[in-house]
Formats: sequence, C-alpha cells, structure tokens
Amino acid sequence: MPTLRFTKDHEWIRQDGDTAVIGITDYAQQQLGDIVYVELPAVGTQVEAGKEAAVVESAKAASEVYAPVSGEVVAVNEAIAGDPAKVNADPLGEGWFLTVKLADPKALDGLMDEAAYQKFVAEQG
Amino acid sequence: MTGWSQALTTHPAAATETATFTGNRGLQLEEKLLFEQDSPGHCGVDLPEPPPHRSRLGGLERQRPIGLPGLSEPQVVRHFTRLSQKNYAIDSGFYPLGSCTMKHNPRLNEKLARLPGFADLHPLQPQSTTQGALELIDTLAHWLRTLTGMPAMALSPAAGAHGELCGMMAIRAALTARGDPRQRILVPESAHGTNPATAATCGYAIEPIPNNPRGRVDLGALKAKLAPDVAALMLTNPNTCGLFEDEILEIAEAVHAAGAFFYCDGANFNAIVGRVRPADLGIDALHLNLHKTFSTPHGGGGPGSGPVALAASLAPHAPLPWIVHGEGGRALIEHAAKGPEGGPATNSIGRLKGFHGQIGMFVRALAYMMSHGADGLRQVAEDAVLNANYLRVRLQGALSLSYPGTCMHEVLFDDRFLKDTGVTTLDFAKAMIDEGFHPMTMYFPLVVHGALLIEPTETESKAALDQFADTVNALAARTKTDAAGFHAAPRLTPRRRLDETAAARKPVLRWQPELSKQEAAE
Amino acid sequence: MRYLPLTPGDRRQMLAAIGVGSIDDLFSDVPKSARLDGLVDLPLAQGELAVERALSQMAAKNVAAGSAPFFIGGGVYRHHVPAAVDHLIQRGEFLTSYTPYQPELAQGTLQSLFEFQTQVALLTGMEVANASLYDGATACAEAVAMAHRVTRRGKAVLSGALHPHYREVCQTYAQFSGLQVEALKPTPGVADPIDLDNETACVVVQYPDFFGELRDCSALAARCHQAGALLVVVVTEIVSLGAVKSPGEMGADIVAGEGQALGNALNFGGPHLGLFAAREQHVRQMPGRLAGQTVDADGRRGWVLTLSAREQHIRRERATSNICTNSGLCALAFTIHLALLGEAGLTRLAELNHATACNLADRLETVPGVSVLNRSYFNEFTVRLPKPAAPIVDELAEFGVLGGVPLSRFYPGRDDLANLLLVAATETATEDDIEQFAHALAEVLR
Repeated sequence: MPTLRFTKDHEWIRQDGDTAVIGITDYAQQQLGDIVYVELPAVGTQVEAGKEAAVVESAKAASEVYAPVSGEVVAVNEAIAGDPAKVNADPLGEGWFLTVKLADPKALDGLMDEAAYQKFVAEQG
Repeated sequence: MTGWSQALTTHPAAATETATFTGNRGLQLEEKLLFEQDSPGHCGVDLPEPPPHRSRLGGLERQRPIGLPGLSEPQVVRHFTRLSQKNYAIDSGFYPLGSCTMKHNPRLNEKLARLPGFADLHPLQPQSTTQGALELIDTLAHWLRTLTGMPAMALSPAAGAHGELCGMMAIRAALTARGDPRQRILVPESAHGTNPATAATCGYAIEPIPNNPRGRVDLGALKAKLAPDVAALMLTNPNTCGLFEDEILEIAEAVHAAGAFFYCDGANFNAIVGRVRPADLGIDALHLNLHKTFSTPHGGGGPGSGPVALAASLAPHAPLPWIVHGEGGRALIEHAAKGPEGGPATNSIGRLKGFHGQIGMFVRALAYMMSHGADGLRQVAEDAVLNANYLRVRLQGALSLSYPGTCMHEVLFDDRFLKDTGVTTLDFAKAMIDEGFHPMTMYFPLVVHGALLIEPTETESKAALDQFADTVNALAARTKTDAAGFHAAPRLTPRRRLDETAAARKPVLRWQPELSKQEAAE
Repeated sequence: MRYLPLTPGDRRQMLAAIGVGSIDDLFSDVPKSARLDGLVDLPLAQGELAVERALSQMAAKNVAAGSAPFFIGGGVYRHHVPAAVDHLIQRGEFLTSYTPYQPELAQGTLQSLFEFQTQVALLTGMEVANASLYDGATACAEAVAMAHRVTRRGKAVLSGALHPHYREVCQTYAQFSGLQVEALKPTPGVADPIDLDNETACVVVQYPDFFGELRDCSALAARCHQAGALLVVVVTEIVSLGAVKSPGEMGADIVAGEGQALGNALNFGGPHLGLFAAREQHVRQMPGRLAGQTVDADGRRGWVLTLSAREQHIRRERATSNICTNSGLCALAFTIHLALLGEAGLTRLAELNHATACNLADRLETVPGVSVLNRSYFNEFTVRLPKPAAPIVDELAEFGVLGGVPLSRFYPGRDDLANLLLVAATETATEDDIEQFAHALAEVLR
C-alpha cells in the first residue's frame, strides 16, 4: 500500500518501496491558476529535501516546487511539459512531476498525512 | 480568406447584433498586421539612386530577402493611426494606476525636447559644441539635488530599476572599499518587484521584512533582522500601500547603527516633492522616476529616466560619466583616473549605459520643474495627496480600505468587499474598462488580498474624481447582483477579455508567413 | 498653475469632505523634523513663454548636427527620419499610455510591439526578439547575463573590437555578479585571438565592429557551439543589416543591438533603443517584455504581454532581469520608420549609406598623410592621421565640420591609437559635405 504524504509548501509525495512520486496538490494548482509552463529536472539529478526540484508557472505567477525528500530523480513526467493543463486537471494523477529514488526510505515519516494536510489548508483560509 | 475581418464568419460575435460585414464597429476599426499588407517592392520613402561606388562589404553582401513588407506612406500613417485608436491614454481619460503616477504630460516639454540643439546632438561631438547640453544636465542635477537635499546626483540611469541598480552597486562598492563585504539586503514584502530583482543582480541574497498591521515596516522585525551581514535596506517611501513610513527616522537610525545603508525607492516621490527632502529622512541613496514625478510620458512602456541621489558616503562611487566645471566651461568626465587597465575605476562603479543618460527626458523634466517652480511643485504634492484622500473617503463605504487613516498620493483597497459575490478584483477591473476608465493597479502590493491600488495624481479635476467615485461605487453595488456581467467584461473594447493562458502555453511572439497562410486557410 | 485643475474652492470642499482642517493634516505622518515649512530654494513658477525662452537659450549653445557637415558615428547614427514617424509617435494614445498590462485597453501598443519584435527578428535573422531594452550597451550586458544562465558557465569573452562603452557596461554589470569578464585588447584592423575553454559562457563580437570592419563570424559561431558556449553578436548600426548578412545567418545565439539608427534622434545619447533577439529555445531566459498573440473571449485574434513569469513583477529576485520600464516609444518610432522603408527602402538606404561612406573614404585618402585602415566597412571606418586626432577634431569643429571621433576619447591611455579617427557617413552627408570635410582636414593637417 503506497504511502501518501504532504508538505507545507503544497507538494504531495507517494512512496512505493524505495521510490516516490512527487507532484503539487489540488490546492496549489488552484492557487496558481491555469498552469502554462513546467520546468522539470533532468533524470539523474540529485534533489535535496526542501530545495528546488522543479518550477511551475501560470500566466500571472511562478513558484518553485521543492523536493519533499532527498534522492535521485529517476523519472520525470514529460507529458506535463508538453501539456501543462494536465497539472490543473489531475494534479494527483496524470499531473505528477517526478519520481525519485529515496536516499532514506523513512524520509516521509515527518510529513503530513492527508487529514493533517486538509486541516493545514483549511487554516490557510 | 480575404478582407478586413480577422475571422468574422467563425467567431461567436458574428451571431450578435454587433456583427458587421467588415468586422469594424463604427470608430473601432480592425487593422491587420503590417506584414499582412505587403505590396512587394512598395516603399513609403523616396530615396535617391546611390552614387557609383566600389563595394567594400568584404564579401558579406546579403544574399536573401529580409522579409519586410512594402507599404506607402498613407498606408503606414493609417495603420498606426488605427492602432493608436485601440489604446487608452492619459490624454483620453483617467488613469488611476497605483504606483505609476500617470499625470498629464505637458506638450511644451515635447516641443522643447525636439529642439535641434538637444535632439540633433551627438553624444560624441567635441564638448565645445555641446556646452548647452552639459548646462542642461547640470541644471537638472541642481533642481534634483535641491528637491532631495542630497549632495550628489547620478544622472545616467535609464529608468527606475536602472537607478536601483546604480544605487545598490554604489552601496556594494562602498562596502567593498571599506573591506566589509555583506551578503544580504532587507526588502519589505510590499516592495516593487524590481527591488529584490535589482538586489539579486548585485549578487545579494534577499531577506523579506513583514509589514505591521498599520501597513508600514514592522520596526521590531526589521531590528531583529539587522545582523552584521546586512548590506542595506531597500524601502519605498511613501510605501506601496500609499502610506508614509512614519517610523522612518527610527528605521534609518537602526539601519545605520547596524553599519548598513538605507536605499529608498523614490517611485512615489510625487507625494512629497517640495514638502519633504529625502536627505532629512536619513536616506543614503534614492532614485527618482522622471517619468512619474516629473511628467515625462510613459510612451506605452518607456523610455524613462531614473536619476539617483547619493549621500556623501556614496558619491565617490557614482557611475561615469559626470560633469565638472573648468576654465573653458563644463566638461564631461568619461574615464576615472584610477582603476585597473580596461576595468571599472576603483571608486566609480563604472559606466551603466551607452552614453550620458536620457537627455530627451532631462529636457522634459527640467521644463516641467521650471514651469511649476518651487511653489508649484509643493502644490503638486499637496494636490496629489488631497486627490487620493478625497477618493479614499468617497470610496471607503463601498470598497474595503486596507489600512484606516490618512493616505498619501495613493490609496489601497483589497477584495474583502467582493467576498461571496463571485466577482474577483480582475473582473472588477475589467468592468471599469467598459465604463471608460483605466483600472487601478490590481493585485499589487502583495501584502493584501486582491489589491486595488488607486493613484489619481494632481492633474485630475474634482469633477473627474467625482465621476470616477460614482462609477466605482455603482459597480461595487452591482457586484452583489450581477456576477455574470462582471465575468463577461469588458464587452465594449476592440477586443474582449484576452486569453493570457493560451498565449503563454503556446507562445507566438512574431508573425510567420506560414502561420498566417494556415490561419487564412482555416 | 496651468497643469493643476483644482481650484481653491475645490480644495476647501475636498478637505471638508475628508474631514480635516488643512492640507498639513494630510502630511501628519511625516516626522516633524523632516517637514519643510517653506519653499525649497528654487525659482518660482513660470509660463510657457519664459520656460521656452530659457531652454531654447541652452539649446542654442549647442551645435546641432544638422547645422554642419557631420561625420560622427561610434554607436549613434544620424539618419533622415521621415516626418510621419514623429507625427505618429506624438499621438497621445501612444505617447501617454502606460505599459500594456491591461491588454483590452492597449491593443494598439501590443500590436505595434508584436510588429517590432517581428521586424527585429527578421533583421537580425533570429527566431524571437523582445519588446526592447534601454539601449545597445545594456542589451549587451543582459546578453552576457543570459548566456551565463543558459550555459551555467562563468566567463564571458569580449572582443577587443566591441564598442568600449558596451565593454564598460558589461564590466559594470558583472562586477558584483560573480561573472568573469575577459575583455580582449582593442587592436583596430586585427582579428581577435579568441580562446575558448569549458568555462566560457559566451563570446561577444560586434558586427560591423567598433572600428567599422565587417568580419564573418560563422567560423567563430561554430567554434563556440563546439565548445558549448554561445555567440553574442552586437550590432550598433542596425541599418547595416540592410546590406550585409544577418548575424542569425552566421550562427549567432543572441543578438544585442542598438536600434536608434531607425526612427530615433541622436538625443545626445538617450533615449535610445536596446534590441534583443535570440533563439527560440532560450526564450524563457530572455530579459524584458514580450508581446504575444492570443485570442479574446469571442475567438478573435489579439495581443497580450506574455511569458511574464520571467519578469521582476512576478519572479522578483529570481527574475531574468530587473528591467521594467523599457524603450517602448523608441521601439514604436523604429517600427514606423522600418514600415515606411520596407524591404526595398531599407535595401536602398543601406546601399546609399555604403556608397556615401565609400566616396568619403576615397576622398579623405586624397588628403596627404591620411589613410583608411579598414579592408571592409559599411558606413563607418577608421582613418590614420599623421598626428593625434583629438586636437584635429577640435580644429575641424572650429572650421564648422563635425569630423568623426578620435579613438583617444575611448582609449585615453593608448598612445598607439592616438592618431586614429573614427568616421561615419550616412545618407545625410552630401557631396558638398564630403568636400568641405576633406578640405578642412587638409587645412588643419597642413
């Protein structure tokens, strides 16, 4: 059973064994508005927890996507680079950003589960 | 397809009562791109046959056509006249863009800037033939020094952001000279985007400072962040919420006590010109926007001019060139005596721009200042502040005032009044367009939600302000009942709401012959 | 005062509506010690006539270029600007509008910027161009910064034949950014010895170069690309591209240029017009505004500012540049002038410039002791005089001839360049002007 966790910067991460898929949350895509561009790292890049892993832009805003955990990028979603609307349409599914090989399989432990994240978002107003 | 209309037969408006055969709507005339009006070989300029000569182009003669269209003078004049008619301008109506100071642009200034003695003067002529231009620059500097109270003016920066760069580089140079490298710049969250962008260009890290609940810099938070590695504070005053930083003397003292410099973004100088001198506020460097406070026209995005006032501690680091007074008159110093071979001089930060500055803007600004005089400039600040406060009281019942109390030259509202209406700040702005007003600045500053920042300037009459206030109040009332109407706005402009998402997802940044043919075939 | 619509009565009514007793109450947030009670020490208000008289007197102390035989270039070129250009840019709808952030109210500005971008891209042979920067020198510095972002390398190599002011501006911009700028020694008439290594982000060359020479940079472009660096080509006389191959054709990755020569006056150095063009693959690293095509709610073609997430108002400290205000109206003047010229007009204008310069060169070489250094040139070239050029230029001015720029004005420490004079001739120079110049030069060299 994959584990789904969330960050305060509105990324999600789904762990399956020693890899994890990362994307932005539904709340994040709503806040950004229509996404027009996604910049993804190259496969093989080392990402570091809390540091920039990708960039996402709407017509009026730009935001860095931070890696929730450290690890090596093993796959990126080229489909959203070609059609960034996918991130708006299905942020937790087809709109995923990248897959990393976890440096530490327990790295997700400190992150919020879905209920905690929903509560966090509600507090943001 | 051929003819005037871009796509008359296919677009939904074709079905409405506004549809016409041509796509034109009375005075709203459709106009194709220049490139779509090409008569190959045609020319709007008559040039003589070149005299006989032996070519010396070194074998680099162009072999292919460039692809420029050929048009006659009447076609070109009509084209650009039609395009101009699709623009809103301060000449045609109220332009209350906060932070932009869209004031009347006197035509005397345009006339004088075009005098051959200024416009038809080459920057590399012998200086004996340009003494009047050097006198102009010098005189402008004198006015600006007097108005700011600061000892030195660097005039070459081309715009506000360029002035920021000049000021921040001077600060970095001063710190470097005293062997005190510092890494960080403090920037309030309400700052113009140029401030952090400029600091980053100078190689600095940026540290945001929060506002206090009164819309000013939080002095406690500022003091807490004033560590020994802070190079400077960049502060806009009056700030982007339209408020005077009433603790500015304490701020300056704290910044200086920490060994840092105090940079001020003077974009809002219009509020205080002739009433407050930045030097008396403890400021070390400040840029002025001649295209804001001093009435040079915005020209659809530029050119501007961003002279920088420098305190004595920063003056030695002013950019090249500068003017000195000598026996034979004024002289332009284009090279500093010291400095490594080929590199910037030790003291000056070096050259920031191709030549001596935006002279055309200097003429306009000086003509403006001389027209107003010391008395008129003070009245400018007073009327600008009066107009903004008048709009504040006329609008605060219907809109949500972000910070209570007196404002300076602009007044900030946020979108609380739109809560539960389904109307956004953007929709509200677009509805103002249908009423014949340019919208206020939207979504800036970032410190309040859905900001609406209104700057009337001193060149609006009370009648114009009243009409604006009546309209905004009526629109605010309508938000409760007609969200759909707001979503559909604007309806009466040459183009309705434009799809910025589509533009950014698949950028088309130039005309392409193939693309044009493809569209025509569709 | 003529620019202020409020009457004393209005002011009283408005203060009452606000609920304050006097204007001073509205300035109560200003610390007492910083309030000016009286007027600053400057002259009082004046009418149009008085201001016009005062500034006209200053203007009259200058020698306008058009009043003398004129042969100065050096990055700023005096061309005839058709009357329609200035008429159109003075239309209030262009002159007094703001940056087109509300596209529905600015389709005129936006469409003209789209046309400008297209013209610049076509002229330079590049894929995309922006909506202008301040001037050529700052465009050059922005190109160097962009090459740094694209390649993530830390060194820029500047040709010795790059305009010295452009070199200085690059050095000023780079001094605190951590970027290393290697400026090669200026040697007129000699090609730069350019070395590339794996830290080289870009090589910057000028075309035609500062001394007027035309050099094919195709081979250099290939070397740059092989080494993973970008080639930045600087064009200070944009009219030249009516006659010679475009930088894009020769493999440039970025073109930074000065557009003043089309549509714009000399203006004693500003405002001028920064041109910036690049390959489409690097568009998201470009500085400055971009106008783009889109559709409106009814599906009709229209224009907006786009890819704004690169810019300071959105990206703040991570923006590609801090630029905001650009040279919009100068870009419009450029666009109108080039629209009037068209393909045929620009081609003819360029040929006319070249022919005039060739004839000037031939005539100057008949003056004893004067020789032209260039093998090739467009409308500007370097001549060697038998004695230092700076005093000669001053003496020529006394003869009523504005006869070029001494290279010592740019390279004060370089004795080997002291006798060199940079001379330009555009279509504005008549046969008679050339004759007067040659005659005066012969006189002062005598």
